[in-house]
Amino acid sequence: MTGKQIAEELARTRLEDGADLDAIDHTGKRGKVVKPKKHKTVTDERILSVQDLHVTFNTYGGTVQAVRGVNFDLYKGETLAIVGESGCGKSVTSNAIMGLIQQPPGKISSKGVHFKTRDLTKLSKKEMRKIQGVDISMIFQDPMTALNPTLTIGEQLTEGVKQHKNLGKAEAKERAIDMLKLVGIPNPEERLKQYPHQFSGGMRQRIVIAIALICEPELLIADEPTTALDVTIQAQILELFEEIQAKTGVSIILITHDLGVVAKIADRIAVMYAGKVIETGDKREIFYNPQHPYTKGLLNSVPRLDLAGGELKPIDGTPPDLFAPPTGCPFAARCPFSMDVCTNVYPEVTALSGTHKVDCWLQDPRAQKLIEEQAFAR
Amino acid sequence: MGKYIFKRFLMMLVTIFIIATLTFFLMHAVPGSPLESDRNTNETVQANLERFYKLDQPLHIQYLSYMQSIVTFDFGPSIKDPNRTVNELLARGFPISFELGIITILVAVVSGIILGTMAALRHNKMIDYAAMAFAVIGISIPNFVLATVLIQQLAVNWNLFPPATWTSPMHMVLPVLALATGPMAIIARLTRSSMLEVLTQDYIKMARAKGIKPMRIVLRHALRNALMPVVTIMGTLLAGILTGTFVIEKIFAIPGMGKYFVDSINNRDYPVIMGTTVFYSAFLIFMLFLVDIVYGILDPRIKLHKKEGDV
Repeated sequence: MTGKQIAEELARTRLEDGADLDAIDHTGKRGKVVKPKKHKTVTDERILSVQDLHVTFNTYGGTVQAVRGVNFDLYKGETLAIVGESGCGKSVTSNAIMGLIQQPPGKISSKGVHFKTRDLTKLSKKEMRKIQGVDISMIFQDPMTALNPTLTIGEQLTEGVKQHKNLGKAEAKERAIDMLKLVGIPNPEERLKQYPHQFSGGMRQRIVIAIALICEPELLIADEPTTALDVTIQAQILELFEEIQAKTGVSIILITHDLGVVAKIADRIAVMYAGKVIETGDKREIFYNPQHPYTKGLLNSVPRLDLAGGELKPIDGTPPDLFAPPTGCPFAARCPFSMDVCTNVYPEVTALSGTHKVDCWLQDPRAQKLIEEQAFAR
Repeated sequence: MGKYIFKRFLMMLVTIFIIATLTFFLMHAVPGSPLESDRNTNETVQANLERFYKLDQPLHIQYLSYMQSIVTFDFGPSIKDPNRTVNELLARGFPISFELGIITILVAVVSGIILGTMAALRHNKMIDYAAMAFAVIGISIPNFVLATVLIQQLAVNWNLFPPATWTSPMHMVLPVLALATGPMAIIARLTRSSMLEVLTQDYIKMARAKGIKPMRIVLRHALRNALMPVVTIMGTLLAGILTGTFVIEKIFAIPGMGKYFVDSINNRDYPVIMGTTVFYSAFLIFMLFLVDIVYGILDPRIKLHKKEGDV
């Protein structure tokens, strides 16, 4: 990291939350000597801005409101983790950004999904294709099904660069070999001629990553990239992500429900629940100072080695029906701190710092007062 | 690969042997003989004829001599038409039947795949419904009914195509249409359903996320995977087309092998029955072998042979 970059980073953190120096250690390796190759730089250049994104699907059973007003920004070189349980809209959000929602039955409305200066929701399919795989790439959950079984790895790697960058056969092949080297696949030249079934699951995920990176995208959306892999391979793939980010400066949106993954590589976290982002903050803020009861519940439900004995603490209840989502806070029905207002009115955003924002009535001064009074009464 | 082909070849020989044996005994189980006719033949003449064609000998001797004729591929002359050998009949009839069959297969496969793919890409739209309605009709109408309707409408009433024989490309239109519609409809329905399934696969989504042009996604990514079930059913369809040619050749007065085959059975013309049956089955078995080869080409996961070290 150059002096200038450090200065920039410092400037950004000061600008946003005035947090202590410790909070800017985005590699998350407090107390350890950080290997130089894993250094990365988060700048204040905003490359993605999602504003009030709504996605609905018309089905025979009615209209599902899968995503109900999602807002977030992403900066260059940053890793944003979108966390939440199944069906909370994380994958739909990423597919909507990527332009992979079939319309109909899907329907997208927003106040803008800006990639740099362009609004992705206003682009034609043809214009979108010039961004897909070139500026924004996607990594899929299951490497066993994401690769076409009838085409060679080489063809699947090179078809993107051939089409988008007009590379010749030889150049494209060279590029493909470089990519396979980058993601750590031995004998790349021979491997290019092979088919997906000749690779293991972890190898295939590396290839999927190589395919996503071959056009040098600025944004990488990884939709549960490690869920289908076993734990040792997961760790390798996560390290690969860190390495690639350090080398290329790519921004990453990481969709996951695995808080272990988040703790390892995320800079910032957005917690989603029932189609809304209910809390966002940088990694430390979310892990050490969660404010939304759902976030707290989510963190509490992770099994811990350091607390001996004890049972797992699930969050009671089930997520709301997205065919008819509640008007108030969607978590109210499961929330131990629920108040009358929660079930009727959705809370406004409360900013706790430049990065830490939460949608919860408990943050309202009146509620705070009430809590203090109750505590005092006890 | 060489080993695989050799193995398959041996299997083919065994299959043909079984078919020939079955044909021989079934043929002799049917009452009547090639020498029977309405005319009253002198008994000595009859006996002499029987001796000439070796029909007076016990069945197992006859069987051996027929087997010999298959191995040497010399079936001798036809009993009904002694001026021609079976080999001559095959040489004359086969090229025409082959032409009819191959054109039919090409038309059925190409148009069936195009129709099915279009229906899948426009799922639940007008084109889809129209294509599938057409396919259901195509499957439901037997080819001999379709053939007569085509002759009546297109040849007799509207005078668009000649009604019979096999002399110019124009003559080929009606028989091919009559024979290809059924298989085409089956292929179209199969392609549509497997295409619909393939289009929901992750690797198609991934190709779209790569910004690949839709045309290339369909042709390069989806079609190849969608064609596997079509290849599977090709064997059955080939057999269907082959037997279909007998009927169609008869209706359109096409001088192919089918005519000799049907006539020979009616006449109990033993050498011709044996010759045509063995030839037809050898041809069909060879086509099925080609289908298996195509499998391996379409899907690299299917190995026709085991290399050392492969699992």
